[in-house]
Amino acid sequence: MQNFTYVNATSIEQVPSLLGRSWDDAVVMAGGTDLLGEMKDFAAVPRRVVNLKSIEGLDYIRQDDAALSIGALTTLTDVLNHDAVSKDYTVLNQAVSVIASPQIRNMATLAGNILQRPRCWYYRSEDFPCLKKGGARCYAVGGVNTYHAIFGSGPSYIVHPSDAAPALMALGATVKIHGPRGGNEVVLDDFFTLPEMNIRRENILRPNEIVTELTIPKPEANSKGMYLKVRERDSIDFALVSLAAQMTVVNGTCERASLVFGGVAPVPWRAIEAERYLQGRRITESRAESAAEAAVEDAKPMPHNGYKVEIAKNLVRQAVMALAA
Amino acid sequence: MQQKMKKVKITIQEDGEPKEIEIEVPDTGEGGWGDVSKNRYVSKSHTRVDAVDKVTGRAKYTADIKLPGLLYGRILRSAHPRARINRIDATRAMALDGVKAVVLPGDDPAVFSRECRFAGQEIAAVAATTPEVAEDALHAIDVDYEVLPFVVDEDAARDPAAAQVHGDRANEGESRVGEQGDIAAGFAQADVTLEASYRCQVQSHIALETHGTVCQWEGDKLTVWASTQGVFSVRGELAGHFGIPETNVRVITEFMGGGFGAKFGARKEGVICALIAKKAGAPVKLMLTRKEEHLATGNRPSAVQHVKLGATKDGKLVAYERSNYGTPGVAGSANIPGAPYLYEIPNYRIEQTSVFTNAGPMAAQRAPGHPQAAFAMESMMDEMAEALGLDPVDIRQMNDPDEARRNMVAMGAEHIGWKTRRSAQPNTGNGRIKTGMGVGSCRWGGGGGRTQAECTINPDGSVEVKCGTQDIGTGTLTLVHMIAAEEFGLKTDEITVGIGDTNYPFSGGSGGSTTAASVSPAIKGTTMLAKLELFNKIAPRFGVEPGELVASDGNVFVSSDPSKSMTWQQATAQLGDEPIFFHGQWLPGYSDSGVPGVHFVEVSVDTETGLVKVDRVVAVHNSGLILNPLTWASQVNGGVLMGIGYGMYENRIMDPATGYMVNANLEDYRLMGSTDIPEIDILRYDEPERGVIGIGEPATIPTPGAIANAIYNACGARIREMPFTPDKVLSALAAVQEG
Repeated sequence: MQNFTYVNATSIEQVPSLLGRSWDDAVVMAGGTDLLGEMKDFAAVPRRVVNLKSIEGLDYIRQDDAALSIGALTTLTDVLNHDAVSKDYTVLNQAVSVIASPQIRNMATLAGNILQRPRCWYYRSEDFPCLKKGGARCYAVGGVNTYHAIFGSGPSYIVHPSDAAPALMALGATVKIHGPRGGNEVVLDDFFTLPEMNIRRENILRPNEIVTELTIPKPEANSKGMYLKVRERDSIDFALVSLAAQMTVVNGTCERASLVFGGVAPVPWRAIEAERYLQGRRITESRAESAAEAAVEDAKPMPHNGYKVEIAKNLVRQAVMALAA
Repeated sequence: MQQKMKKVKITIQEDGEPKEIEIEVPDTGEGGWGDVSKNRYVSKSHTRVDAVDKVTGRAKYTADIKLPGLLYGRILRSAHPRARINRIDATRAMALDGVKAVVLPGDDPAVFSRECRFAGQEIAAVAATTPEVAEDALHAIDVDYEVLPFVVDEDAARDPAAAQVHGDRANEGESRVGEQGDIAAGFAQADVTLEASYRCQVQSHIALETHGTVCQWEGDKLTVWASTQGVFSVRGELAGHFGIPETNVRVITEFMGGGFGAKFGARKEGVICALIAKKAGAPVKLMLTRKEEHLATGNRPSAVQHVKLGATKDGKLVAYERSNYGTPGVAGSANIPGAPYLYEIPNYRIEQTSVFTNAGPMAAQRAPGHPQAAFAMESMMDEMAEALGLDPVDIRQMNDPDEARRNMVAMGAEHIGWKTRRSAQPNTGNGRIKTGMGVGSCRWGGGGGRTQAECTINPDGSVEVKCGTQDIGTGTLTLVHMIAAEEFGLKTDEITVGIGDTNYPFSGGSGGSTTAASVSPAIKGTTMLAKLELFNKIAPRFGVEPGELVASDGNVFVSSDPSKSMTWQQATAQLGDEPIFFHGQWLPGYSDSGVPGVHFVEVSVDTETGLVKVDRVVAVHNSGLILNPLTWASQVNGGVLMGIGYGMYENRIMDPATGYMVNANLEDYRLMGSTDIPEIDILRYDEPERGVIGIGEPATIPTPGAIANAIYNACGARIREMPFTPDKVLSALAAVQEG
């Protein structure tokens, strides 16, 4: 780990000035469960670490008739244990329940979870000066790419590791951002960015901006959600493929479907073709299969990760049938 | 009742030469340990005597040792899989605040080489006042490498055109051949002949405690706290390296967090720690990081086995041919057992080679070569059973020459419900989750020897037993307490025990599942003979022969008349002021070698995701006389889990393009976690008359093969390559569907 200075922020307004114009100047720390590993492995080499946990009042879950607002510093454990989340936001509850371990969920924050850096072994290892660290190549190309992307990639082939992000995106959540010129709010679909847009980062945040809140509109009364996660190891593992699904089915007909994959693309990956196919259709086994086919139609597997296509397809069929039941 | 005596032959060292002598010891009947059923300790479950110390953190491991002025050492390692060091400059590192010493290749050519043959090879070291400064110093050493061609894949390395790992010879070594009978004639007799290839990956050891030592010099005397499986082998290597007598080196291992075969001798990192402590003139602690563990401290070699098996239509195996190779990295051997594993086959030919690659060297790992051999043989046995329309259990029973193992297979089959619950046809039942059962077996040696011990009985009744063995986490310390307490009729906490120190009597390394079979006869013999000396001195007080005295429940009394009794302390007080001191050693008759083991496994396979879950393991093991069923069962549990890890999760992955290991951590190198652990039923096949036999290694061998067979039984997919990850399961399932 490179030496750094450590600053406790005391207000949101103060943070942009404590941060810098470059990611090497300063980074923010909330739970620290991802950042510490990155710094130990020299994937992150900031000169200053700005602690956000010293800011009062950023850990809250507020509920009204229209939405749930979750403060950026709310821990995953608090999200998991919240009654409204388990009652009305099943997909988020299920997603958070399979993140890491209880110990990590006690420390890690919801905002931090969606801001996680890639787990790609080339990115994380000091041995590889890869594209995402300012290097010249993506080592997954021509390397061992068993766990890499099947959608939306190039020139980098990382996958987005978050479980919470696909769930939040499936629910149509928005994210509040605070920067030097104040705050703004965007839907999560517009928050994450593909490598072709920005090779070094996975979202639109600038080095001197932070996420302050996530807002999740209340799902329609007759909609249901679920989160399916496939991981090699049951105890503490990232997804090979995951699927966040939220569907409104009335009398057997799908009115709206929101399907977002995790672990398959550099961003949480919305299966738009499958969503379009399902909308207005009566759900049957064969239509679920057609939706599944549509979801993976654009997949471009690498030499070692073709199995992810099969899993992704099967998860869509499973979720559609389960939510229509 | 007069104590019966018997004569036994033992080997002692006289003037440095082994010499066989005959001594007289009490005759405790068949098996040496006598009737253990009435024992208070030996053969009864006993919680580890150091359990509370361990869970409260009072137990001090090597990493916990703190000394005044202690420095922290780190090793600089080659940044390339193959390179030559042109120049190495530590000027910037030495200039850092807190850096106290640097050792470079020129300081000790016996330790460091300028020829780097794998990414992770030791090339220099630093010692600094904090671990953080030591790490900064590593980054401040400038190395000018001449980068050279390399090869890390064992298949690519076999190509004569591949880069040579050692410049002076081919990567693939000489074949080792084992044969019997006439394979051409054997295959001619076969009604069915099958051929298949099986692949096992490289496995890291992953002891919870990493390799490391703390070294402190006082003049030319060296004290070492080491995480080791053999304190005496550390002493010997360091004394040899520094040219000092072994008496000048003391090695201490009071608590130790696992080795699995990779912690014998001082090894490079131990020598480097002593070297830099000498140069710094201060004690140095050098514990390796997890990444260093993966790269440079040993691993289980891979194995690629092409197997051909012939059988008659009634299931009798008649011919076997195997050619296999694997990579030990830059050094060592990848050989696996050189005869057909487990089964009697009259005609066989086996040819095997080791293929060097630019990767960290192998080290012995828990049952070297056996899990690889068992996986291929047990998979092939099931494939043959299928081809012949036989039950997998039946074909094993037909060809297994070991009666105990046949009985154990029957026990396990009965327990798991093989005939009643197992589906004879794969891929039955509705839904995407399919369940199945499989079986796999093993054999192991595990005899004892090479251990001395001493026992002091003080006039105040206190008893001290010392033995220079080390408890590598298996419960050896507890065994010493139990055996001594049993012998003296005292409680385990009334015995003072010293182990893990070269100042104590010699004991060999803890490996090959030999520790219990080595240490327990030595402790038994030493305490028994010390007690006899005590009885010799105090018998006149009772007016009986020494052999008529018994020590039990804190008393010494006459066996034929228990009313003639003294408390233990009253008895030892008869010694006046001179304690009993006895130096003894391993005795024959208390241990044995050679055990079978059998695992039955139940799995469920999700045919839509390729995920396999091991639901249940029935492990049938035979350790002769089990001294402590509790720690024995812990060893079986650990072995089963390590076997599942090898079969299902663990895999050292080398990037062929760059020569680096991509998963040198514990995130991408997956060990099983708590929720992956199945229900484990352990069945004992007792043969107490054989004495003590080790369990550490057999318990891990059969699992991967049994899992592969269970996966097949569940879903009809035959997975011939470990680990059984979703990608392999899905592609095997797709192959089945395509017919």
